Amino acid sequence: MKILVCISHVPDTTSKINFINGDSEFDTNGVQYVINPNDEFGLTRAIWFQEQQGATVTVVNVGGPDTEPTLRKALAIGANEAIRINANPTDGFFVAKQLAEVIKNGGYDIVIAGKESLDYNGGMVPGMIAGILGYNFLNSCTNITVEGTNVTAVREIDGGKETVSTTLPVIIGGQKGIVEEKDLRIPNMRGIMTARTKALTILEPVDASVNTKAVKFEKPAPKSAVKLVSADNLDELINLLHNEAKVI
Amino acid sequence: MSILIYAESAEGKFKKVALELASYAKKVAESLGTTVTAVTVNAGDVSELSKYGVDKVLKVANDKLAGFTAKAYADVIKQAAQKEGAKVVLLSSTTDSIYLSSLVAVALEAGFASNVVGLPVSTSPFQVKRNAFSNKAFNITEINTDVKVLALAKNSYGIFENASTLTEEDFNPTIGDADFGVKVVSVEKGSGKVSIADADIVVSAGRGLKGPENWGMVEELASVLGAATACSKPVSDLGWRPHGEHVGQTGKPVATNLYIAIGISGAIQHIAGINSSKVKVVINSDPEAPFFKVADYGIVGDAFEIIPQLTAKLKAFKEQQS
Ligand SMILES: Cc1cc2nc3c(=O)[nH]c(=O)nc-3n(C[C@H](O)[C@H](O)[C@H](O)COP(=O)(O)OP(=O)(O)OC[C@H]3O[C@@H](n4cnc5c(N)ncnc54)[C@H](O)[C@@H]3O)c2cc1C
Repeated sequence: MKILVCISHVPDTTSKINFINGDSEFDTNGVQYVINPNDEFGLTRAIWFQEQQGATVTVVNVGGPDTEPTLRKALAIGANEAIRINANPTDGFFVAKQLAEVIKNGGYDIVIAGKESLDYNGGMVPGMIAGILGYNFLNSCTNITVEGTNVTAVREIDGGKETVSTTLPVIIGGQKGIVEEKDLRIPNMRGIMTARTKALTILEPVDASVNTKAVKFEKPAPKSAVKLVSADNLDELINLLHNEAKVI
Repeated sequence: MSILIYAESAEGKFKKVALELASYAKKVAESLGTTVTAVTVNAGDVSELSKYGVDKVLKVANDKLAGFTAKAYADVIKQAAQKEGAKVVLLSSTTDSIYLSSLVAVALEAGFASNVVGLPVSTSPFQVKRNAFSNKAFNITEINTDVKVLALAKNSYGIFENASTLTEEDFNPTIGDADFGVKVVSVEKGSGKVSIADADIVVSAGRGLKGPENWGMVEELASVLGAATACSKPVSDLGWRPHGEHVGQTGKPVATNLYIAIGISGAIQHIAGINSSKVKVVINSDPEAPFFKVADYGIVGDAFEIIPQLTAKLKAFKEQQS
């Protein structure tokens, strides 16, 4: 079984979000980058498949050379090999098109991406890959098992969950639950050493139309200070929620 | 050319997000000088859509589509868009619609913007404002393709009445076996209470509540307000509450009208999930809790004393209102 895990390289959750060049670009100054949390859950699930069912795990990222430490971290966690597609990830479709090409040429059975990334929160890439390749697609996946070519999975739905069945090859939009946070792997010394010897292949991008572009960023307007209400005056809170905020 | 919306329904009733989407679509249609067509799947009576500005409904009635299947539904929307020559296709941000929308975008070779939070900033070039960086910023995105797909973030526009004369038309798109590669085996819905996805008000509690045995008072407060309950991550990690209730960056985002946070410190990862809620009330015993910095209203005090009193007072207030 061949598994491809799509890794998005995103600012750490506590990063300060600022913009430069007339608010047209994200300011990377002092920002720590990490594996996108939803992808990290997927990577750990892939490593389980590797350990329990003998799968090979490849990780892939569309990005410049600065994303290689993130791919090396994924190798240190246990992926067998890594691919970097040497391009700036301009929009969801562009990224999906690059990944679809890798998937087609590599004959992967399972492709795990995060259901969304923490930077642009687009939630577009896994569905777009599935759309381009015509593969079966499971979004918001919280559990997956594979027997032969049969796939059983659990998905989150509004107000509950559902169990679905499908067949390989399949594209997954994964999230927490596919493994739990306590099961995430931290690279150990041996992993870090062996990661250095694992293959990191660099591919040049294929042509893809750029359908959308980010032209400008804005920060939310500064908030006015909290109105404190005394704990002995709950009627005042009800009054404010009813007459001022008009939410009850 | 028209604008096409996918109006989601459940058990024959339109979801609130569908009415918000219709309201939004009407406004976009006015600025583009066109009309709004909605496509519905097994929705039954569709007349309600005329209140919110929809001019025409393409009604799909098909037993094969009784359960939600992303690929088949995407195929329906694609064919409806092509039939109408729609240049703008609008979806909402329910879990189902998010699942669908990128498939629809690829099928229509359309540029796609998700998490859209308001009317287009400009229609030529076509630019929309979206949430980015876990709601810590906005991004203005320009779409350059002929056909554009947008997914509207929940509660970002509102529901506005705008009466129209509605034409209804039966629509029979072609759906083949290839659309059913994913089969639903079973569905488990939470018990009859309000789900976070549908709620206008969410009452959320954190580790400050000390243990699962104390959630009774949270549920009571929620029930008086017709609200859904939610929690912080440690609470679900500890198994006090189900995972589906965990709100935040790694949990669910909530964009409600009112978010009440009880005994939650307000860590940045939690705030990331609630930033787009309109009004935030914080109840915390620690006046230094970071949550007060993002709250609209706050009470410094002990939840165990405040919540039962607040519930009783709200109950009286509601009775007086009705
Ligand atoms: C990568 C990552 C992702 C994360 N994702 C999320 C996420 O999605 N969602 C999330 O919630 N967290 C998330 N976290 C965890 C987050 O950082 C915090 O640890 C968490 O939100 C704290 O939860 P809490 O406020 O319930 O608990 P605590 O931090 O323990 O705070 C409890 C609060 O209750 C108050 N309190 C205590 N007793 C009372 C009382 N009697 N009455 C009133 N108030 C009282 C205290 O003053 C305190 O402010 C994430 C962390 C990381 C590193």
